[in-house]
Amino acid sequence: MEAFLHQVFSGLATGGIYASMALALVMIYQSTHHINFSQGEMATFCTFIAWALIETGFPYWVAFFATVAIGLVGGMAIQRIFLRPVENAPILTNVIVFIGLLVIFNSTAGWIFDHTIKAFPSPFPRGTFFDTQYFSSHEIGSIMVTLLVLVALYAFFRFTPLGLAMRAAAQNPVSSRLVGIRVSWMLALGWGLAAAIGAIAGMMVAPIVYLDPNMMAGILLYGFAGALLGGIDNPWGAVFGGFVVGVLENVLGAYVIGTELKLTVALVLIVGVLTLKPTGLFGKVVVTRV
Amino acid sequence: MGAILQASNLDAFYGPTQVLFGVGFELREGGITTILGANGAGKTTTLRAVCGMVRTAGEVRLEGERIDGKATEDIVRKGIAHVPDGRGTFTALTVEENLRLGGYVRKDRDGVAADIERLYERFPRLKERRRQQAGTLSGGEQQMLAISRALMLRPRLLLLDEPSFGLAPLIVKEIFEIMRTINREDGVSMLLVEQNASLALDLADHAYLLETGKVVIAGSADTIKNDEQVRRSYLGY
Ligand SMILES: Nc1ncnc2c1ncn2[C@@H]1O[C@H](COP(=O)(O)OP(=O)(O)OP(=O)(O)O)[C@@H](O)[C@H]1O
Ligand SMILES: [Mg+2]
Repeated sequence: MEAFLHQVFSGLATGGIYASMALALVMIYQSTHHINFSQGEMATFCTFIAWALIETGFPYWVAFFATVAIGLVGGMAIQRIFLRPVENAPILTNVIVFIGLLVIFNSTAGWIFDHTIKAFPSPFPRGTFFDTQYFSSHEIGSIMVTLLVLVALYAFFRFTPLGLAMRAAAQNPVSSRLVGIRVSWMLALGWGLAAAIGAIAGMMVAPIVYLDPNMMAGILLYGFAGALLGGIDNPWGAVFGGFVVGVLENVLGAYVIGTELKLTVALVLIVGVLTLKPTGLFGKVVVTRV
Repeated sequence: MGAILQASNLDAFYGPTQVLFGVGFELREGGITTILGANGAGKTTTLRAVCGMVRTAGEVRLEGERIDGKATEDIVRKGIAHVPDGRGTFTALTVEENLRLGGYVRKDRDGVAADIERLYERFPRLKERRRQQAGTLSGGEQQMLAISRALMLRPRLLLLDEPSFGLAPLIVKEIFEIMRTINREDGVSMLLVEQNASLALDLADHAYLLETGKVVIAGSADTIKNDEQVRRSYLGY
């Protein structure tokens, strides 16, 4: 029983990471109907920046917030430079840009920081708080960070004029322009927020899985599975889905299929949801006119 | 009184297709002008052309200043509010969020809040439904919301695209009454596109008649209303 609870708790901790990645995907999907395949690579790159800052001697939290800020600005810049020119292009053009970004970030990370696996510090090392046999400080801390991010995002979208404008722009770009919202900048801001969320997820998962240029590849897949499970157009559904996938992965990995085959959980979920219930658990059914 | 909006030689295009051909008109400051015409004549496109929502050639001037070629967001910031074809409400957002968005470009937060209260007084139905999703409102309520949303900008010029569309006669009468009040009390100039010619000509002081993307008749609303020939051949009543 204890071992089982332990698996559930650490599943929740990684689930929080998946939930963050799922949310980042949904944030871009809602306004553009594109899945940003380079989301994971962007997050890894940000984590490398954090690692470099910490290596240079900056305190952890300084490096943390600097990285979040760099993610925010960098994400916006990427949208402005690479995505804006293809905003009205066919979906395949966008997919190619995403793949291009993925490759660029992955190889640049390898080129600058090399491919050796690096240890990444946790801000919540063993013994910080609540260490028990069920969960470590880092797991608890990382869940708390995820929840804080979610609360902050909720408050931003629910209570600020800018958050309202972003929701409006995602829903109805034409009407948004008619009230003076700069829709294209809202897309950029969405990219910035998604990149910042990814950066946080990267910094939270790196102490567990270690840092290398391919760190987020599998994690993005879990995040994608979570987003699909909850509903790719529903942020809260995606977050829920991310947590569910985290727990499922851990429990199934420990008791049913073994750790080697864990990633298949994500793949099975993706294929299963897409074939059985493409809208996910909480997604809305969209009828596309043909 | 001077002209608030002037258009001259205005062409408009959807992709390669030209829809407006050298349209010209002038709106008197503080007045109500109507654009009439059959389906597909280019009325909606004319309003879109003013707001920079379609590709255009020719000139549009707001109080003498060229606004053609500017982005919609910037034209809105100059004080032109547009109640578009199909109302353009944010259906998944609440009534109140729709109103707040209407005042999005305004800097005076207190003024925005006060205006929302003022509009609630004018439209008590909206106040009752302030937390409801706009998509759940009835057609008449949605049209009131669309007009209110546009007024939140404190516009100098209000463009209205078929505000009577799909509404019961009684509601239409109410909405036209409201437009008259807004024009008189707040001094908002209006450009009204309508299918219902007789109603529009009663409200407006000037009228333009569009046919396949060209202005065919222009004049005071009274003249056009009383011109048997025009009425029979163009307005069909
Ligand atoms: N988005 C569009 N793409 C291509 N053509 C369009 C588009 N919108 C309108 N048109 C064409 O432009 C012409 C003018 O359309 P417009 O909507 O301006 O007419 P309207 O006078 O508003 O008609 P209605 O009374 O039916 O609203 C029509 O021939 C229409 O088919
Ligand atoms: Mg029309």
